[in-house]
Amino acid sequence: MTEPLSRPKRKNPLKRTRLPLSPQPMRSRAAHLLTQAAAEGRFGLPTCLACGHHHYPPRDACPKCLAAEIVMAPASDLGQLAAATSVEVAQDLYFRERTPWRLGTVVLAAGPSVVAHLHGDCAEGDRVRLSWRLDRSGNAVAFAEPAVTTPNMSDDSQWREMTNDPKFRRILITDGRSSLALALAKALAQAGASLIFVGLADAWKPFPEMDAFKRIPGVEILPLDLTDSDSVTELAGEIGARVDILINTAEHIRPGGLTERTGVTLAREELEAGYLGLMRLAQAFGPVMKFRGADGANSACAWVNLLSVYALMSWPAYGVYSAAQAAVYAAALSLRSELRSGGVRVMNVFSGPLDTDWFQTVPPPKVAPAQVARAVVDALMKGIEDVFVGDVAEDIRARLAKNPKALERELGQ
Amino acid sequence: MALRAGNPRRDYSGVAVAVPVTVPYVRYSIETAHWWIGRALAALVSQAGITLADIDGLSVASFSLAPDTTIGLTQHFGITPRYIEFLPMGGASGVMALRRAARAVQSGDASIVACVAGDTNHVDSFRRSLSTFSRFAQDAVYPYGSGGPNASFALIASNYMRTYGATRADFGKLAVAQRQNALSYPHALMKKPLTLDEYMSARAISPPIHLYDCVMPCAGAEAFLVMSEDIAQSLNLPFVRMLASIERHNAFADDAIQHRGGWVMDRDDLYGQAGLTPDKLSFIQTYDDYPVISMMQLEDLGLCAKGEGADFVRANSFTVDGTVPHNTSGGQLSVGQAGCAGGFLGLVESIRQLIGEPLGRQVRDARVGLVSGFGMITYDRGLASSAVLLGEASKRKAVSA
Repeated sequence: MTEPLSRPKRKNPLKRTRLPLSPQPMRSRAAHLLTQAAAEGRFGLPTCLACGHHHYPPRDACPKCLAAEIVMAPASDLGQLAAATSVEVAQDLYFRERTPWRLGTVVLAAGPSVVAHLHGDCAEGDRVRLSWRLDRSGNAVAFAEPAVTTPNMSDDSQWREMTNDPKFRRILITDGRSSLALALAKALAQAGASLIFVGLADAWKPFPEMDAFKRIPGVEILPLDLTDSDSVTELAGEIGARVDILINTAEHIRPGGLTERTGVTLAREELEAGYLGLMRLAQAFGPVMKFRGADGANSACAWVNLLSVYALMSWPAYGVYSAAQAAVYAAALSLRSELRSGGVRVMNVFSGPLDTDWFQTVPPPKVAPAQVARAVVDALMKGIEDVFVGDVAEDIRARLAKNPKALERELGQ
Repeated sequence: MALRAGNPRRDYSGVAVAVPVTVPYVRYSIETAHWWIGRALAALVSQAGITLADIDGLSVASFSLAPDTTIGLTQHFGITPRYIEFLPMGGASGVMALRRAARAVQSGDASIVACVAGDTNHVDSFRRSLSTFSRFAQDAVYPYGSGGPNASFALIASNYMRTYGATRADFGKLAVAQRQNALSYPHALMKKPLTLDEYMSARAISPPIHLYDCVMPCAGAEAFLVMSEDIAQSLNLPFVRMLASIERHNAFADDAIQHRGGWVMDRDDLYGQAGLTPDKLSFIQTYDDYPVISMMQLEDLGLCAKGEGADFVRANSFTVDGTVPHNTSGGQLSVGQAGCAGGFLGLVESIRQLIGEPLGRQVRDARVGLVSGFGMITYDRGLASSAVLLGEASKRKAVSA
């Protein structure tokens, strides 16, 4: 049984902060089939398109019929733990700090045997469930957990290495005025976050949700204006070393394409709040979070960007907004790579139009803020990095994967 | 398989295996693999009483030779062979080198083939070699705790113990017997006796693998010459003959977890070629990268039935002067694992035993020896298996003064 995690003690400022290390990040191109699945929290196995044979480790040709087309196909994630061990003597520095480290051989019902990281509640002979997870190097690894839920399961130390569980972590929600902020704060408090900093720009302006925020345990409202470099730097100086998960809720939505607007003022505001806001946050909070990537049970672990799914393909009805979101997305990918060496995962959450004022004229289905908040917490707990929330986002993702050119025409009609 | 009927196996007649060479091992070396292989080659030439130019075949096994392979060594050493081979196959490399060299000599493609395995061991080279050992290791093993082969074999051993009822004490008996054998072998890195108590109470490395199940990575080289019997006789070199040999890779790929090796597919062929049964063996040298694998070889090579390895171990002593002499120079567990040289260790020791010139204790009445190779765990199992039966030795003629 998993020992429940206890609230991390206040840090001794005289002690050296443990620097983040990475498990070995090299992978073959074929192995990134798994990375793709892990990034979205899907299971499947490398599968021959010609004969349907599942195999593992990933290969460049089918070991049954030698065909070259290998895809990730759905398969049962259940199997039996045939053997288990715990590494007491590791070669890699990352694992040396974390021994004993458990692993085992899972014989999948679908066929292949998979050497996997092992949840502490799995014993030899047990039925287990396998998933692909992103490790701290950002690459996919197999992880075996008990087939049935066990008490305090998500507190397992190896499990926590793969995930970004908000429990006992300290969160920064950058823009309290965002339509998502309140729902996020509630969901994170419920998930066990120990502190929730909420940034608030222009405190003199009315903020009707203030009382609702204050009722949430652990919430602290602090001044933060994402369009002001000094404001961002100042807050980072104050709380930067205590932010374990940063959730950028910056939001600036206006309808219209390029020719429907006059001048560039609005577009500039969108870039200020979104693209440049992200850059300011990255410069102020990125280095310290990266430095704290292995700082105990409440290490810095995740950076969440809330994006419109139209960052991936322009929706001309909101064309300038789509362009600004695309800029944020491109920057987020760079940030993901930059923070990876610190073990801090950049998570991009794509949603369709939210059920808010700025999408008043857009027909349903629309996404409720609470739905986004649930998805964010769920993805943090699973360690996913690409999250699609709601039917529209899923639909755009599917159409984009199938035929981007068709999607471009369809969105422009 | 049916196709094989049209291609009957040829025997190894006329092939002599001679001049066993060991370049004494060290735990860490500042030298390169090139240096170790060069020392072995020099020893082969001087002990055979030939010149470097007489060597017209060079077969090299090494993990630490990069970026070179055998071809680069020809210029490095100033030789002009008409046959070269590169076999970085770890524990299977010795038998594999011998098989290939034997055919080259039989066919006349080469007259004297130097088979050399040599590896260096720098302070950090073991860790480096693990992460890049194979693509599957890179993708699917090393990122899982980086326990290296210790962890991989722990999974195999754990499954084997649960399936067949072998215990740590059974593995310990093999390790202790090997250490006793090593005490008379001058090049063993382990020079102190090992007791079963010490074995049992050793620290855990990756349970059920504990310290004395593991080989010590080191630097060193092993080598021998393969030539025609006529040449060996004209050089007045003692030699042994190949009675039979087998080799198999990626056998039983559908076994969910490894509990047997490729020998099972080919052992009837092996003993059939030699017209022998396992009870006629004077000694056996298994590839002992973990005693569990030695036990598996005892089963799979027919010394006992599958699953009876533990009983067989309990019933025999495995020391040089006991029943079923096994790993008579101490094996890698006591001598050390000098990379690919570990795959040559049992073969070189067997040549010495059969020609009556062991560096340690002599196996009484040694006539036929079985050498088994195993290796290359690129993902979850050792892929290569090989074996050779050696015998009918021609011993050194007394030279009158």
